[in-house]
Amino acid sequence: MDGRIHKFNLNNRNIVLDINSGAVHVVDDVVYHILDYYSTRSLEEIIDLLKDRFDGNTIKEAYDEIKILIDNGVLYSEETSTMNKIKYNEDNVVKALCLHVAHDCNLRCKYCFASQGDFKGDRSLMNLEVGKRALEFLVENSANRRNLEVDFFGGEPLMNFELVKELVYYGRELENKSNKHFRFTITTNGLLLDDEKIDFINEHMDNVVMSLDGRKEINDNMRKTVSGQGSYDVILPKFKALIEKRGDKDYYIRGTFTSYNLDFSKDALDFYEKGFKKISIEPVVTEPDEEYALREEHIETILAEYESFSKDYIEIKKKDKDFLFFHFMIDLDQGPCIAKRVTGCGAGAEYMAVTPEGDLYPCHQFVGDENFKIGNVFSGIEKDELREEFKEANVLNKDECRSCWARYYCSGGCHANAYNTNRDIMKPYKIGCEMEKKRIECAISILANLLE
Amino acid sequence: MKYIKTISGSNMKDTILKGGCGECQTSCQSACKTSCTVGNQKCENR
Repeated sequence: MDGRIHKFNLNNRNIVLDINSGAVHVVDDVVYHILDYYSTRSLEEIIDLLKDRFDGNTIKEAYDEIKILIDNGVLYSEETSTMNKIKYNEDNVVKALCLHVAHDCNLRCKYCFASQGDFKGDRSLMNLEVGKRALEFLVENSANRRNLEVDFFGGEPLMNFELVKELVYYGRELENKSNKHFRFTITTNGLLLDDEKIDFINEHMDNVVMSLDGRKEINDNMRKTVSGQGSYDVILPKFKALIEKRGDKDYYIRGTFTSYNLDFSKDALDFYEKGFKKISIEPVVTEPDEEYALREEHIETILAEYESFSKDYIEIKKKDKDFLFFHFMIDLDQGPCIAKRVTGCGAGAEYMAVTPEGDLYPCHQFVGDENFKIGNVFSGIEKDELREEFKEANVLNKDECRSCWARYYCSGGCHANAYNTNRDIMKPYKIGCEMEKKRIECAISILANLLE
Repeated sequence: MKYIKTISGSNMKDTILKGGCGECQTSCQSACKTSCTVGNQKCENR
Protein backbone atom coordinates (compact mmCIF):
# COMPACT_ATOMS: atom_id res chain seq x y z
CA MET A 1 0.00 0.00 0.00
CA ASP A 2 1.13 3.56 -0.67
CA GLY A 3 2.85 4.78 2.51
CA ARG A 4 0.73 7.92 2.65
CA ILE A 5 -2.56 6.14 3.28
CA HIS A 6 -3.81 3.22 5.34
CA LYS A 7 -6.98 1.34 4.44
CA PHE A 8 -8.83 -1.47 6.14
CA ASN A 9 -12.22 -3.11 6.27
CA LEU A 10 -13.74 -3.62 9.68
CA ASN A 11 -17.28 -3.78 11.02
CA ASN A 12 -18.76 -3.54 7.52
CA ARG A 13 -16.94 -0.35 6.62
CA ASN A 14 -14.13 0.35 4.16
CA ILE A 15 -12.04 2.95 5.90
CA VAL A 16 -9.21 5.02 4.47
CA LEU A 17 -6.88 7.11 6.61
CA ASP A 18 -4.84 9.87 5.13
CA ILE A 19 -1.88 9.54 7.44
CA ASN A 20 -0.34 12.98 7.21
CA SER A 21 -3.49 15.10 7.33
CA GLY A 22 -5.37 12.86 9.77
CA ALA A 23 -8.42 12.81 7.48
CA VAL A 24 -10.62 9.71 7.58
CA HIS A 25 -12.91 8.54 4.79
CA VAL A 26 -15.50 5.78 4.57
CA VAL A 27 -15.54 4.56 0.97
CA ASP A 28 -17.50 2.25 -1.31
CA ASP A 29 -15.93 -0.95 -2.62
CA VAL A 30 -15.03 0.62 -5.93
CA VAL A 31 -12.95 3.35 -4.30
CA TYR A 32 -11.40 0.84 -1.92
CA HIS A 33 -10.17 -1.22 -4.86
CA ILE A 34 -9.06 1.69 -7.00
CA LEU A 35 -6.81 2.81 -4.16
CA ASP A 36 -4.77 -0.39 -4.58
CA TYR A 37 -3.56 1.05 -7.87
CA TYR A 38 -4.23 4.77 -7.83
CA SER A 39 -0.72 6.00 -7.20
CA THR A 40 0.98 3.62 -9.65
CA ARG A 41 -1.44 3.05 -12.55
CA SER A 42 -3.34 5.15 -15.09
CA LEU A 43 -7.14 5.34 -15.11
CA GLU A 44 -7.25 3.15 -18.23
CA GLU A 45 -5.10 0.51 -16.58
CA ILE A 46 -7.28 0.56 -13.46
CA ILE A 47 -10.46 0.18 -15.52
CA ASP A 48 -8.87 -2.83 -17.14
CA LEU A 49 -7.66 -4.31 -13.84
CA LEU A 50 -11.07 -3.96 -12.18
CA LYS A 51 -13.31 -4.62 -15.20
CA ASP A 52 -14.62 -7.90 -13.79
CA ARG A 53 -15.87 -6.19 -10.64
CA PHE A 54 -17.05 -2.72 -11.69
CA ASP A 55 -18.15 -1.08 -14.90
CA GLY A 56 -15.93 1.53 -16.49
CA ASN A 57 -18.24 4.45 -15.81
CA THR A 58 -18.43 3.68 -12.09
CA ILE A 59 -14.66 3.43 -11.91
CA LYS A 60 -14.31 6.74 -13.70
CA GLU A 61 -16.73 8.51 -11.33
CA ALA A 62 -15.03 7.08 -8.25
CA TYR A 63 -11.62 7.98 -9.68
CA ASP A 64 -12.75 11.58 -10.06
CA GLU A 65 -13.94 11.71 -6.46
CA ILE A 66 -10.54 10.46 -5.29
CA LYS A 67 -8.94 13.26 -7.25
CA ILE A 68 -11.11 15.84 -5.49
CA LEU A 69 -9.90 14.59 -2.10
CA ILE A 70 -6.31 14.80 -3.25
CA ASP A 71 -6.83 18.34 -4.50
CA ASN A 72 -8.32 19.21 -1.10
CA GLY A 73 -5.24 17.87 0.68
CA VAL A 74 -7.05 15.05 2.48
CA LEU A 75 -5.78 12.03 0.57
CA TYR A 76 -2.23 11.05 -0.38
CA SER A 77 -1.08 14.17 1.39
CA GLU A 78 2.62 14.54 2.04
CA GLU A 79 4.23 14.97 5.41
CA THR A 80 4.59 18.65 6.10
CA SER A 81 8.11 19.95 5.60
CA THR A 82 7.85 21.84 8.86
CA MET A 83 7.51 18.63 10.88
CA ASN A 84 11.15 18.67 11.87
CA LYS A 85 10.66 22.16 13.25
CA ILE A 86 8.58 20.80 16.11
CA LYS A 87 10.71 21.37 19.16
CA TYR A 88 9.74 19.26 22.08
CA ASN A 89 9.95 20.71 25.55
CA GLU A 90 12.98 22.89 24.95
CA ASP A 91 12.39 24.57 28.30
CA ASN A 92 12.42 21.24 30.15
CA VAL A 93 9.00 21.84 31.64
CA VAL A 94 7.72 19.25 34.11
CA LYS A 95 3.95 19.34 34.42
CA ALA A 96 2.91 15.93 35.68
CA LEU A 97 4.08 13.77 38.55
CA CYS A 98 3.24 10.28 39.61
CA LEU A 99 3.67 10.36 43.37
CA HIS A 100 4.57 7.04 44.91
CA VAL A 101 3.15 7.88 48.30
CA ALA A 102 3.50 4.29 49.49
CA HIS A 103 6.06 1.74 48.42
CA ASP A 104 4.01 -0.88 50.09
CA CYS A 105 0.89 -2.75 49.14
CA ASN A 106 -1.84 -4.72 50.84
CA LEU A 107 -2.33 -7.00 47.86
CA ARG A 108 0.10 -9.48 46.36
CA CYS A 109 -0.80 -9.40 42.67
CA LYS A 110 1.23 -11.96 40.78
CA TYR A 111 1.93 -9.70 37.82
CA CYS A 112 2.88 -6.61 39.82
CA PHE A 113 5.60 -4.65 38.01
CA ALA A 114 6.40 -3.02 41.36
CA SER A 115 7.53 -6.22 43.07
CA GLN A 116 4.32 -6.41 45.16
CA GLY A 117 4.57 -2.76 46.02
CA ASP A 118 8.11 -2.24 47.27
CA PHE A 119 9.72 -1.65 43.83
CA LYS A 120 12.55 -3.96 44.86
CA GLY A 121 13.50 -1.69 47.78
CA ASP A 122 12.40 -1.41 51.38
CA ARG A 123 8.71 -0.99 52.10
CA SER A 124 8.29 2.69 52.86
CA LEU A 125 5.82 5.56 52.97
CA MET A 126 6.42 9.04 51.62
CA ASN A 127 6.56 11.68 54.36
CA LEU A 128 5.02 15.13 54.29
CA GLU A 129 8.32 16.93 53.70
CA VAL A 130 9.05 14.93 50.53
CA GLY A 131 5.44 15.20 49.35
CA LYS A 132 5.30 18.96 49.76
CA ARG A 133 8.68 19.37 48.12
CA ALA A 134 7.45 17.29 45.15
CA LEU A 135 4.52 19.66 44.63
CA GLU A 136 6.84 22.67 44.92
CA PHE A 137 9.23 21.05 42.44
CA LEU A 138 6.32 20.69 40.03
CA VAL A 139 5.25 24.31 40.38
CA GLU A 140 8.85 25.54 40.02
CA ASN A 141 9.49 23.46 36.90
CA SER A 142 6.19 24.03 35.14
CA ALA A 143 7.08 27.39 33.53
CA ASN A 144 3.90 28.83 31.99
CA ARG A 145 1.83 25.63 32.12
CA ARG A 146 -1.24 26.18 34.21
CA ASN A 147 -2.66 22.66 34.43
CA LEU A 148 -0.47 20.45 36.59
CA GLU A 149 -1.21 16.79 37.19
CA VAL A 150 -0.48 14.75 40.24
CA ASP A 151 -1.42 11.10 40.41
CA PHE A 152 -1.33 9.49 43.83
CA PHE A 153 0.13 6.12 43.15
CA GLY A 154 1.91 3.37 44.97
CA GLY A 155 2.20 0.61 45.87
CA GLU A 156 -1.16 1.35 47.30
CA PRO A 157 -1.79 5.04 48.00
CA LEU A 158 -4.63 4.43 50.46
CA MET A 159 -1.99 3.01 52.84
CA ASN A 160 -0.77 6.60 53.19
CA PHE A 161 -4.06 8.42 52.84
CA GLU A 162 -3.41 11.05 55.50
CA LEU A 163 -0.51 12.23 53.35
CA VAL A 164 -2.74 12.25 50.27
CA LYS A 165 -5.16 14.55 52.08
CA GLU A 166 -2.39 16.83 53.37
CA LEU A 167 -0.93 17.13 49.88
CA VAL A 168 -4.26 17.96 48.29
CA TYR A 169 -4.72 20.78 50.81
CA TYR A 170 -1.14 21.94 50.27
CA GLY A 171 -1.67 21.84 46.52
CA ARG A 172 -4.70 24.11 46.88
CA GLU A 173 -2.55 26.58 48.86
CA LEU A 174 0.10 26.52 46.15
CA GLU A 175 -2.55 27.07 43.47
CA ASN A 176 -3.56 30.34 45.07
CA LYS A 177 0.01 31.56 45.28
CA SER A 178 1.19 30.49 41.85
CA ASN A 179 -1.84 30.73 39.53
CA LYS A 180 -1.64 27.04 38.79
CA HIS A 181 -4.33 24.42 38.72
CA PHE A 182 -3.66 20.98 40.16
CA ARG A 183 -5.53 18.04 38.74
CA PHE A 184 -5.30 15.32 41.32
CA THR A 185 -5.95 11.71 40.46
CA ILE A 186 -5.52 8.48 42.36
CA THR A 187 -4.82 4.91 41.27
CA THR A 188 -5.95 2.43 43.91
CA ASN A 189 -6.73 -1.22 44.50
CA GLY A 190 -9.65 -0.14 46.69
CA LEU A 191 -9.03 -2.49 49.58
CA LEU A 192 -8.91 0.28 52.19
CA LEU A 193 -11.77 2.35 50.79
CA ASP A 194 -14.35 3.48 53.33
CA ASP A 195 -17.02 6.18 53.27
CA GLU A 196 -14.66 8.90 54.41
CA LYS A 197 -12.03 8.10 51.78
CA ILE A 198 -14.67 7.73 49.07
CA ASP A 199 -16.08 11.17 49.90
CA PHE A 200 -12.63 12.76 49.88
CA ILE A 201 -11.71 11.13 46.58
CA ASN A 202 -14.98 12.10 44.97
CA GLU A 203 -14.62 15.67 46.10
CA HIS A 204 -10.96 16.23 45.25
CA MET A 205 -9.80 13.79 42.59
CA ASP A 206 -10.42 14.72 38.94
CA ASN A 207 -10.09 11.07 38.04
CA VAL A 208 -9.86 7.85 39.97
CA VAL A 209 -8.38 4.70 38.49
CA MET A 210 -9.70 1.61 40.24
CA SER A 211 -7.68 -1.54 39.75
CA LEU A 212 -9.65 -4.79 39.38
CA ASP A 213 -9.45 -7.44 36.69
CA GLY A 214 -12.98 -8.08 35.53
CA ARG A 215 -14.43 -11.51 36.14
CA LYS A 216 -14.09 -12.76 39.69
CA GLU A 217 -12.15 -15.89 38.79
CA ILE A 218 -9.75 -13.93 36.58
CA ASN A 219 -9.20 -11.32 39.26
CA ASP A 220 -8.78 -13.76 42.08
CA ASN A 221 -6.23 -15.82 40.20
CA MET A 222 -3.87 -12.85 39.98
CA ARG A 223 -4.93 -10.31 42.59
CA LYS A 224 -4.45 -11.97 45.97
CA THR A 225 -4.58 -10.65 49.48
CA VAL A 226 -1.52 -10.92 51.69
CA SER A 227 -2.90 -14.18 53.04
CA GLY A 228 -3.31 -15.56 49.53
CA GLN A 229 -7.09 -15.18 49.22
CA GLY A 230 -8.94 -13.72 46.26
CA SER A 231 -9.63 -10.00 46.63
CA TYR A 232 -12.70 -9.60 44.41
CA ASP A 233 -15.53 -9.99 46.90
CA VAL A 234 -14.02 -7.48 49.30
CA ILE A 235 -13.19 -4.86 46.68
CA LEU A 236 -16.08 -4.88 44.22
CA PRO A 237 -18.67 -3.44 46.65
CA LYS A 238 -16.26 -0.65 47.59
CA PHE A 239 -15.75 0.39 43.98
CA LYS A 240 -19.48 0.23 43.39
CA ALA A 241 -20.04 2.49 46.38
CA LEU A 242 -17.47 4.94 45.03
CA ILE A 243 -19.03 5.29 41.59
CA GLU A 244 -22.55 5.50 43.00
CA LYS A 245 -21.52 8.68 44.79
CA ARG A 246 -19.24 10.03 42.06
CA GLY A 247 -21.79 11.83 39.90
CA ASP A 248 -20.48 12.62 36.45
CA LYS A 249 -16.81 12.96 37.42
CA ASP A 250 -14.29 10.82 35.62
CA TYR A 251 -13.27 7.39 36.74
CA TYR A 252 -11.90 4.26 35.16
CA ILE A 253 -12.19 0.74 36.37
CA ARG A 254 -8.97 -0.69 35.11
CA GLY A 255 -8.10 -4.31 34.61
CA THR A 256 -4.97 -6.00 33.40
CA PHE A 257 -5.06 -8.84 30.94
CA THR A 258 -2.40 -11.52 30.68
CA SER A 259 -1.93 -14.71 28.70
CA TYR A 260 -4.41 -16.26 31.15
CA ASN A 261 -7.33 -14.14 29.94
CA LEU A 262 -6.88 -13.48 26.26
CA ASP A 263 -10.70 -13.35 26.16
CA PHE A 264 -10.49 -10.07 28.07
CA SER A 265 -13.56 -8.57 26.41
CA LYS A 266 -15.54 -10.78 28.78
CA ASP A 267 -13.90 -8.91 31.64
CA ALA A 268 -14.85 -5.57 30.16
CA LEU A 269 -18.42 -6.76 29.62
CA ASP A 270 -18.53 -8.17 33.14
CA PHE A 271 -17.61 -4.74 34.48
CA TYR A 272 -20.39 -3.22 32.39
CA GLU A 273 -22.92 -5.70 33.71
CA LYS A 274 -21.86 -4.77 37.23
CA GLY A 275 -22.67 -1.11 36.55
CA PHE A 276 -19.29 0.31 35.56
CA LYS A 277 -19.36 2.46 32.42
CA LYS A 278 -15.80 3.71 32.04
CA ILE A 279 -13.54 0.79 31.52
CA SER A 280 -9.93 0.18 30.66
CA ILE A 281 -8.41 -3.26 30.23
CA GLU A 282 -4.68 -3.07 29.75
CA PRO A 283 -2.12 -5.55 28.49
CA VAL A 284 0.24 -6.69 31.22
CA VAL A 285 3.70 -5.09 31.29
CA THR A 286 6.32 -7.60 32.28
CA GLU A 287 9.47 -9.42 31.28
CA PRO A 288 8.83 -11.75 28.32
CA ASP A 289 9.83 -14.93 30.16
CA GLU A 290 7.01 -14.79 32.71
CA GLU A 291 4.37 -17.46 32.14
CA TYR A 292 1.57 -14.88 32.17
CA ALA A 293 3.40 -12.58 29.70
CA LEU A 294 1.87 -11.79 26.33
CA ARG A 295 3.99 -13.37 23.61
CA GLU A 296 4.04 -13.29 19.83
CA GLU A 297 2.11 -16.56 19.71
CA HIS A 298 -0.81 -14.73 21.39
CA ILE A 299 -1.02 -11.82 18.95
CA GLU A 300 -3.52 -13.35 16.57
CA THR A 301 -5.91 -14.24 19.40
CA ILE A 302 -5.58 -10.80 21.00
CA LEU A 303 -6.26 -8.96 17.74
CA ALA A 304 -9.31 -11.12 17.06
CA GLU A 305 -10.48 -10.39 20.60
CA TYR A 306 -10.28 -6.63 20.02
CA GLU A 307 -12.22 -7.00 16.76
CA SER A 308 -14.88 -9.13 18.37
CA PHE A 309 -15.17 -6.69 21.27
CA SER A 310 -15.54 -3.79 18.84
CA LYS A 311 -18.70 -5.44 17.45
CA ASP A 312 -20.20 -5.79 20.93
CA TYR A 313 -19.11 -2.25 21.68
CA ILE A 314 -21.00 -0.80 18.72
CA GLU A 315 -24.20 -2.54 19.80
CA ILE A 316 -23.92 -1.41 23.43
CA LYS A 317 -22.93 2.09 22.42
CA LYS A 318 -26.06 2.47 20.30
CA LYS A 319 -28.12 2.02 23.46
CA ASP A 320 -25.80 3.55 26.04
CA LYS A 321 -23.63 6.45 24.98
CA ASP A 322 -21.94 6.58 28.39
CA PHE A 323 -20.23 3.24 27.88
CA LEU A 324 -16.52 3.85 27.32
CA PHE A 325 -13.60 1.57 26.68
CA PHE A 326 -10.43 3.63 27.01
CA HIS A 327 -8.70 2.22 23.95
CA PHE A 328 -11.73 2.54 21.70
CA MET A 329 -12.16 6.24 22.39
CA ILE A 330 -11.09 8.52 19.61
CA ASP A 331 -12.02 12.03 18.67
CA LEU A 332 -11.05 12.68 15.11
CA ASP A 333 -11.89 16.36 15.06
CA GLN A 334 -11.07 17.65 18.55
CA GLY A 335 -8.13 15.40 19.28
CA PRO A 336 -4.59 16.39 20.12
CA CYS A 337 -2.39 18.63 17.99
CA ILE A 338 0.46 17.29 15.92
CA ALA A 339 3.05 18.32 18.51
CA LYS A 340 1.36 16.13 21.10
CA ARG A 341 0.94 13.29 18.62
CA VAL A 342 4.60 13.33 17.76
CA THR A 343 5.94 13.48 21.28
CA GLY A 344 3.85 10.90 23.08
CA CYS A 345 3.54 10.22 26.76
CA GLY A 346 6.12 12.71 27.98
CA ALA A 347 7.84 10.31 30.38
CA GLY A 348 11.27 11.47 31.48
CA ALA A 349 10.53 14.96 30.19
CA GLU A 350 7.26 16.55 31.26
CA TYR A 351 6.14 13.54 33.27
CA MET A 352 8.12 11.93 36.08
CA ALA A 353 7.61 9.62 39.01
CA VAL A 354 8.66 10.43 42.58
CA THR A 355 9.61 7.73 45.10
CA PRO A 356 8.94 7.98 48.86
CA GLU A 357 12.55 9.19 49.21
CA GLY A 358 11.98 11.96 46.66
CA ASP A 359 13.97 10.34 43.87
CA LEU A 360 12.80 11.13 40.36
CA TYR A 361 12.42 8.52 37.62
CA PRO A 362 11.21 8.93 34.01
CA CYS A 363 7.96 7.24 34.93
CA HIS A 364 6.45 4.83 37.45
CA GLN A 365 7.46 1.85 35.35
CA PHE A 366 11.17 2.59 35.71
CA VAL A 367 11.15 3.12 39.47
CA GLY A 368 13.46 0.70 41.21
CA ASP A 369 16.01 0.53 38.39
CA GLU A 370 18.84 2.75 39.66
CA ASN A 371 20.13 3.30 36.13
CA PHE A 372 17.00 5.33 35.48
CA LYS A 373 17.16 7.55 38.54
CA ILE A 374 17.07 10.96 36.90
CA GLY A 375 17.24 13.24 39.95
CA ASN A 376 15.61 14.14 43.22
CA VAL A 377 12.93 16.66 44.17
CA PHE A 378 15.36 18.37 46.55
CA SER A 379 18.39 18.54 44.27
CA GLY A 380 16.61 18.69 40.92
CA ILE A 381 17.43 16.90 37.69
CA GLU A 382 20.88 15.33 37.88
CA LYS A 383 21.00 13.33 34.66
CA ASP A 384 20.33 15.76 31.85
CA GLU A 385 21.51 13.21 29.30
CA LEU A 386 18.88 10.72 30.42
CA ARG A 387 16.17 13.37 30.07
CA GLU A 388 17.45 14.11 26.55
CA GLU A 389 17.30 10.42 25.67
CA PHE A 390 13.64 10.27 26.65
CA LYS A 391 12.86 13.51 24.82
CA GLU A 392 14.45 12.12 21.68
CA ALA A 393 12.50 8.86 21.87
CA ASN A 394 9.61 9.98 19.70
CA VAL A 395 8.01 8.97 16.42
CA LEU A 396 10.20 11.29 14.38
CA ASN A 397 13.33 9.51 15.60
CA LYS A 398 12.33 5.87 16.04
CA ASP A 399 13.07 3.98 12.82
CA GLU A 400 10.13 1.64 13.10
CA CYS A 401 7.69 4.46 13.81
CA ARG A 402 8.74 6.64 10.88
CA SER A 403 7.05 4.37 8.37
CA CYS A 404 4.16 3.20 10.55
CA TRP A 405 0.68 4.37 9.57
CA ALA A 406 -0.34 4.58 13.23
CA ARG A 407 2.43 6.93 14.32
CA TYR A 408 0.21 9.95 14.94
CA TYR A 409 -2.30 7.96 17.00
CA CYS A 410 -0.01 5.91 19.21
CA SER A 411 2.88 8.36 19.35
CA GLY A 412 5.61 5.79 19.71
CA GLY A 413 4.29 3.52 22.40
CA CYS A 414 5.33 2.91 25.98
CA HIS A 415 9.02 3.39 26.80
CA ALA A 416 8.84 0.79 29.56
CA ASN A 417 7.43 -1.80 27.19
CA ALA A 418 10.21 -1.03 24.73
CA TYR A 419 12.86 -1.28 27.40
CA ASN A 420 11.50 -4.46 28.94
CA THR A 421 11.53 -6.31 25.65
CA ASN A 422 14.41 -4.74 23.74
CA ARG A 423 16.52 -3.01 26.41
CA ASP A 424 16.23 0.08 24.24
CA ILE A 425 13.59 2.79 24.51
CA MET A 426 14.10 3.55 20.79
CA LYS A 427 12.93 0.07 19.74
CA PRO A 428 9.17 -0.30 20.13
CA TYR A 429 7.57 -3.37 21.70
CA LYS A 430 6.28 -5.32 18.73
CA ILE A 431 3.28 -6.92 20.42
CA GLY A 432 2.30 -3.50 21.77
CA CYS A 433 2.47 -2.05 18.26
CA GLU A 434 0.24 -4.77 16.83
CA MET A 435 -2.31 -4.30 19.60
CA GLU A 436 -2.31 -0.54 19.30
CA LYS A 437 -2.81 -0.63 15.53
CA LYS A 438 -5.76 -2.97 15.94
CA ARG A 439 -7.27 -0.80 18.69
CA ILE A 440 -7.04 2.28 16.46
CA GLU A 441 -8.72 0.44 13.58
CA CYS A 442 -11.43 -0.73 15.95
CA ALA A 443 -11.91 2.78 17.36
CA ILE A 444 -12.28 4.35 13.92
CA SER A 445 -14.60 1.62 12.64
CA ILE A 446 -16.75 2.08 15.75
CA LEU A 447 -16.96 5.78 15.07
CA ALA A 448 -17.83 5.16 11.42
CA ASN A 449 -20.70 2.93 12.52
CA LEU A 450 -22.00 5.23 15.21
CA LEU A 451 -21.94 8.35 13.06
CA GLU A 452 -24.62 6.92 10.80
CA MET B 1 -19.74 12.61 -3.19
CA LYS B 2 -21.35 9.40 -4.35
CA TYR B 3 -18.72 6.88 -3.32
CA ILE B 4 -16.87 8.56 -0.47
CA LYS B 5 -18.01 9.88 2.88
CA THR B 6 -15.40 11.91 4.75
CA ILE B 7 -15.91 11.47 8.49
CA SER B 8 -13.01 13.66 9.45
CA GLY B 9 -11.47 16.22 7.18
CA SER B 10 -9.35 17.68 9.91
CA ASN B 11 -5.94 18.69 8.79
CA MET B 12 -3.50 17.92 11.54
CA LYS B 13 -0.78 19.80 9.74
CA ASP B 14 -2.52 23.09 10.54
CA THR B 15 -2.01 22.38 14.23
CA ILE B 16 1.73 22.79 13.83
CA LEU B 17 1.16 26.52 13.81
CA LYS B 18 -1.04 26.83 16.86
CA GLY B 19 -0.46 23.58 18.70
CA GLY B 20 1.96 22.45 21.33
CA CYS B 21 0.67 24.52 24.26
CA GLY B 22 1.27 21.53 26.53
CA GLU B 23 -1.83 22.03 28.65
CA CYS B 24 -3.43 18.71 27.76
CA GLN B 25 -3.38 15.70 30.00
CA THR B 26 -0.30 13.51 30.13
CA SER B 27 -1.66 10.50 28.34
CA CYS B 28 -0.42 7.85 30.71
CA GLN B 29 -2.07 9.51 33.69
CA SER B 30 -5.59 9.15 32.39
CA ALA B 31 -6.35 5.47 32.69
CA CYS B 32 -3.76 3.14 31.41
CA LYS B 33 -0.52 3.73 33.30
CA THR B 34 1.02 1.25 30.88
CA SER B 35 0.24 1.70 27.23
CA CYS B 36 0.73 5.04 25.62
CA THR B 37 -2.16 6.11 23.44
CA VAL B 38 -2.35 9.71 22.46
CA GLY B 39 -4.97 9.79 19.70
CA ASN B 40 -7.77 9.60 22.26
CA GLN B 41 -6.67 12.54 24.38
CA LYS B 42 -8.58 15.81 24.43
CA CYS B 43 -7.15 19.10 23.26
CA GLU B 44 -7.38 21.85 25.91
CA ASN B 45 -6.85 24.66 23.48
CA ARG B 46 -9.99 24.79 21.34
